[in-house]
Amino acid sequence: MIRLEKRPQPSRAWSLLTPLVAVIITMFAGGLLFAALGKNPFEAIRVIFYDPLFGEFAFYYRPQLLVKGGPLILIAIGLSLGFRAGIWNIGAEGQYIMGAICGAGAGLAFYPTESVLIFPLMVIAGALGGWAWAMIPAVLKVKFGTNEILVSLMLVYVAEQMLASMSLGLLKNPEGFGFPGSRNLQGYESAFNSELIAGTGMHWGVVAAFIAVILSYVLLNKHILGYNIRLTGEAPRAARFGGVNPTRLILFCLGISGMLAGLAGLFEVSGPAGQISIDFNVGYGFTAIIVAFLGRLHPVGILLAGLLMALTYIGGEIAQGTLSLPAAAIQVFQGMLLFFLLALDVLTNFRIRLAAKGAAA
Amino acid sequence: MDLSTINPVLLIASLMVAATPLLLAAIGELVVEKAGVLNLGVEGMMIIGAICGFAIAVETTNPYAGLLAAMVGGAVLSLLFAFLTQVALANQVASGLALTLFGLGLSALLGQNYVGIKPPAMSKLDLPILSDLPVVGPILFSHDPVLYIGIALTAATWAMLKYTRVGLVLRAVGENHEAAHALGYHVVRVRVLAILFGGACAGLGGAYISLIRVPQWTEGMTAGIGWIALALVVFASWKPWRVLLGAYLFGGINVLQLNLQAAGIAVPVEYLAMSPYIITILVLVIMSTDKSRAPASLGRIFHASQ
Repeated sequence: MIRLEKRPQPSRAWSLLTPLVAVIITMFAGGLLFAALGKNPFEAIRVIFYDPLFGEFAFYYRPQLLVKGGPLILIAIGLSLGFRAGIWNIGAEGQYIMGAICGAGAGLAFYPTESVLIFPLMVIAGALGGWAWAMIPAVLKVKFGTNEILVSLMLVYVAEQMLASMSLGLLKNPEGFGFPGSRNLQGYESAFNSELIAGTGMHWGVVAAFIAVILSYVLLNKHILGYNIRLTGEAPRAARFGGVNPTRLILFCLGISGMLAGLAGLFEVSGPAGQISIDFNVGYGFTAIIVAFLGRLHPVGILLAGLLMALTYIGGEIAQGTLSLPAAAIQVFQGMLLFFLLALDVLTNFRIRLAAKGAAA
Repeated sequence: MDLSTINPVLLIASLMVAATPLLLAAIGELVVEKAGVLNLGVEGMMIIGAICGFAIAVETTNPYAGLLAAMVGGAVLSLLFAFLTQVALANQVASGLALTLFGLGLSALLGQNYVGIKPPAMSKLDLPILSDLPVVGPILFSHDPVLYIGIALTAATWAMLKYTRVGLVLRAVGENHEAAHALGYHVVRVRVLAILFGGACAGLGGAYISLIRVPQWTEGMTAGIGWIALALVVFASWKPWRVLLGAYLFGGINVLQLNLQAAGIAVPVEYLAMSPYIITILVLVIMSTDKSRAPASLGRIFHASQ
């Protein structure tokens, strides 16, 4: 009979090992899945994990790692702060959309004026848009005790409708021959979030992601606010007695995560995506949840997890083209990863003992 | 705009149809939460139910086989959640989210070859005189069988929770799992069974959308109904009859906004389509001032050694 015995302290070794083990197990399970779809599992795994980095066209795919990883890391860093304190913002997708709409809107309002002030203004508008969208669940939770999980999630659907409305109405390109979607910001120099160093994929959003990683590391390890966040998550009672103000914590965590998601949306719309359109959002806000957990809610972990997730996106796209692997297979793959991670987490907090049933505890 | 095109009798009849997937999923989740478990994977289980039911119904040309397959599909997926939260003692919020993300992906994968197909139709209730009555006939006596199952399930759940020993044990486990354990009840076993029941209900609700309400398969077709079902349980203060009331209310809002879209009201379609979600938030705000009805052990991890 297998028995679980609670560890007095979560195991540090397992805490670091579980993401790696989870990735390896997911590769096996994913291989089985690909085999079930009639693809050669070894080839599929190679195409997804090896080719984007070292394959023939790696020079094209490597920059994509930053382009796709940037928003994931940026959003996941914000989410991780709340997740640590038991504040569950799962509506980052909506905040991402609102950040993009507000940011792009701010830029397009000045079209075709060229000025160096326009892009910074868009950044502020994007951050505020995401922040404001996250403040809705935050304020409702603080004022009325409303569940932030459900409210933030409902607001994703509202934001998606808003996106549709904007691309068909207010922000629609007047010179777009009636097609839905805004003007392409890539053709508007003052608003375009271009590559900073050509051929690297490095744009302002990626810079912001790296800054967020560093700041969140400092916050969690050196600042009283970060200490309070960790305390609230690990020992809620102690936090209460220690005088941690839950209201401020909720407003801060949801606000920051909304702001970062909004920024991610703005950098995406002004850079790689280029325009507001109905299918602008591709689920980064949800994948970032997986990234946050896979990275153990730790800034450095999230950085690595974000890059890995970006790799599965890119590899998945290649596999779609070369192996005609369905797009959904990658989504399943990412979902499995979270499953295995959560299941393996038991090893971090518990010791597994083989013992006779009913033996003394 | 021509509001006279909206027929109130048909409106009520179709709101009952719109409410049924919500009702089924919410009743299932209510039982799960009564046992002290918060399963946020309803959306994932519904969409898996929707595709399993659709695929099997198409392959066997039997809609009832489809419904059964949907329940099995939802339950199997919920078994993953049960394993994570009850055996591996993982965080329930994270596990529920994982279930939804995984379910959405898997359903898209399974459903690739079923886009644009028409499923076999399900016969509707047709009683000799009753179904032909004006007003009462279309509202009460000419629906598909699953709609009646939903109502019966509500009644059964209510009676089970209130009058039976099983209901008492379930509530005991949900209110105080340590005390229930001390009394000799198998907390984990009760919870796993509740989770399976919730999965089967959510699966059935999903299949109702793909087989009866729409009826066809499109990716992500549950469109947040699973999440609204979760909100509905809070709205209903964990009481079965109020779940029914809430489901009809939401069904009504949804059907009304669709009718208004069709009638060409001067509000953009997108804003009307937002309304069910915004109203869900408003209702949550109103209901969340009173938290006293929530099962006391909701969302807490149980480990016998503690």
